[in-house]
Amino acid sequence: MSPTEPSEGRASDRGVSSAMSPTEPSEGRASDRGVKFGQGGLDDAVVSELREIAARYPQARSGLLPMLHLVQSSAGQVTPEGIETCAEILGLSAAEVAGIATFYTMYKRRQVGDYHVGVCTNTLCAVMGGDLIFDRLKDHLDIANDETTEDRKITLEHVECNAACDYAPVVMVNWEFMDNQTPESATQLVDDLREGREVRSTRGPRICTWREAERVLAGFPDDQADEGPSAGPASLVGREIAREKGWTAPSGDAAGSTGQQPSVSPVGAAEQADTGRAESEAKVEEGKE
Amino acid sequence: MTDTLTPVLTDNWGTDRSWTLEAYEAQGGYRALAKALAPEFGGPDAVVSEVKESGLRGRGGAGFPTGMKWSFIPQDNPKPKYLVVNADESEPGTCKDIPLMMASPHTLVEGVIISSYAIRANTAFIYVRGEVLHVVRRLQAAVREAYAAGHLGKDVHGTGYDLDLIVHAGAGAYICGEETALLDSLEGRRGQPRLRPPFPAVAGLYASPTVINNVESIASVPSIIAHGADWFGSMGTEKSKGYVIYSLSGHVKKPGQYEAPLGITLRELIDLGGGMREGHQLKFWTPGGSSTPILTEEHLDMPLDYEAVGAAGSMLGTRALQIFDETTCVVRAVLRWTEFYKHESCGKCTPCREGTWWLAQTLARLEQGRGSESDLDLLLDQCENILGRAFCALGDGATSPISSSIQYFREEYLAHLTHGGCPFDPMASAVFAPQGAQA
Repeated sequence: MSPTEPSEGRASDRGVSSAMSPTEPSEGRASDRGVKFGQGGLDDAVVSELREIAARYPQARSGLLPMLHLVQSSAGQVTPEGIETCAEILGLSAAEVAGIATFYTMYKRRQVGDYHVGVCTNTLCAVMGGDLIFDRLKDHLDIANDETTEDRKITLEHVECNAACDYAPVVMVNWEFMDNQTPESATQLVDDLREGREVRSTRGPRICTWREAERVLAGFPDDQADEGPSAGPASLVGREIAREKGWTAPSGDAAGSTGQQPSVSPVGAAEQADTGRAESEAKVEEGKE
Repeated sequence: MTDTLTPVLTDNWGTDRSWTLEAYEAQGGYRALAKALAPEFGGPDAVVSEVKESGLRGRGGAGFPTGMKWSFIPQDNPKPKYLVVNADESEPGTCKDIPLMMASPHTLVEGVIISSYAIRANTAFIYVRGEVLHVVRRLQAAVREAYAAGHLGKDVHGTGYDLDLIVHAGAGAYICGEETALLDSLEGRRGQPRLRPPFPAVAGLYASPTVINNVESIASVPSIIAHGADWFGSMGTEKSKGYVIYSLSGHVKKPGQYEAPLGITLRELIDLGGGMREGHQLKFWTPGGSSTPILTEEHLDMPLDYEAVGAAGSMLGTRALQIFDETTCVVRAVLRWTEFYKHESCGKCTPCREGTWWLAQTLARLEQGRGSESDLDLLLDQCENILGRAFCALGDGATSPISSSIQYFREEYLAHLTHGGCPFDPMASAVFAPQGAQA
């Protein structure tokens, strides 16, 4: 069940503690070594985009996670060739990159279907019905956890808390929220996906393919940011109750008039006082560390 | 006396196209940035001072004073300084940062710019968990808009200050919410925590001075700059100042996000939403995610601030209030959390790597009714061997649900033994349970 092999989880993976030794910049290194690119299913355009990702960061190696997302977008999984290409670009060994790719659950070493369906079975969602939804989907699709349907459309996995507990039970499709699911709605969902009907996130855009999603995660945006609402209904409940009751945060000007701390006047005066305080505190702080 | 609910961060979430620069500026967005950058404000140190004075404490769980964290950055260190936003929201039950970034990414971006300016960073990162595609899209779009508007990039607002902001998607690892593991991950490594000292403020990202703050902490900064430290401090309690987002989930009528001054009680929050689901009673709850010891109905009137929750033997954490009613089997709940910690243990240290595995084994046996009463002592002994001995807080957190549930629900563990398995019907706890279903 755990993607983290205990025996691999050693600090010595990194050689010395990275807190002590700065990562060496590795930009431009791959070309110095005269490595060949473009082999193993990643075409030249993808390789050049992998380089582009590495170049976004002050130190190229920081690009590795998004680079692996791009590999998945291009190859449908993390392939050995993808690992080697990332390693070559960053001046790492393939073993190092493989050790990182296997640490993170979003990286898959088997082909993922067009739609990755993740059912939250962490405690709250499980109790609220996630376990029953997951069982129903396994049965309905006739596959087990982390397997893909024969038509290559659906990969089913149970996932950990996806930060949408106020919409429990939650199902994710290609990492878009499908809120407040039931066994019935979830089977309808996967049927729609398999039959190519348009599916929209309950508070987001139309669902793209898993590979397209991975490309966005690699830092190459699509044009869907403006789709969907600002927020789902549960995100707004407190705000709406406040509006009904006429409750607000204190107005900026009335900050001092709550009776606790009489302050002469609004912002301007406070600013000046703060500036003075900043100077004196800055002096105190200099002595620290 | 402040109002019961005080929407600040959540205030614009229902506005039409709230995620766009246009909508954000229309409601006053980026004015706090202009104010902070204006020479009259007094420069970066004045920003640090204002935030320090406000009493803002980290909203990611630990509650460390934000302004103090910033002031630990050694400004005489010649290396570049970095600001890293921890947007890896993954603590079970926690669901506030994701809707914030979806509805109003510019609140975070404005906070990032002001905070980076305060610590004199020229590069900042938002490390967002990868499993939230639409949030990543909205962040990318907001950053693009902010560059185009001159809020980011070279010579921000013509002040000579330069700032680059990179949105970085993670790849699925709870441990990366631990700030030093996050840094390793951001450097392109396995996300495993680092030995401290040196602290990130001295040697963080690329061994350079780094501040790591939670999304909600950074998003609170523009309001503090706009309205002042006194305004912020006029909300909340003496040592827990300001407003926060409380996330109510589970067996309540209205789960959702409630923004209130620190110190509101769970009873008030549940009542605001119309109570527990029809016909059911509160059994247990977490105040701040699964890593915070569970509490019961006896804690309903406890102020939800850092001090009171701590005094009750738990932690305020992320104010992730997961509410479970009497249909929920506490052993099932705790076993599932334990399996989570086992899955997410990074493998670096023995107490956590091995300990979470043994905890899950022992609990599973009990849950199936195959254990014995002495397994409860075994569990507590295992917890004792992890708590305080693990390399980071993940191991400590793994023990919280176990020790607290044995404290409050020992009888229910034993019932599994006498019953030869779980005495609860999992259908009864589901939201789609038929009316009147009982455990």
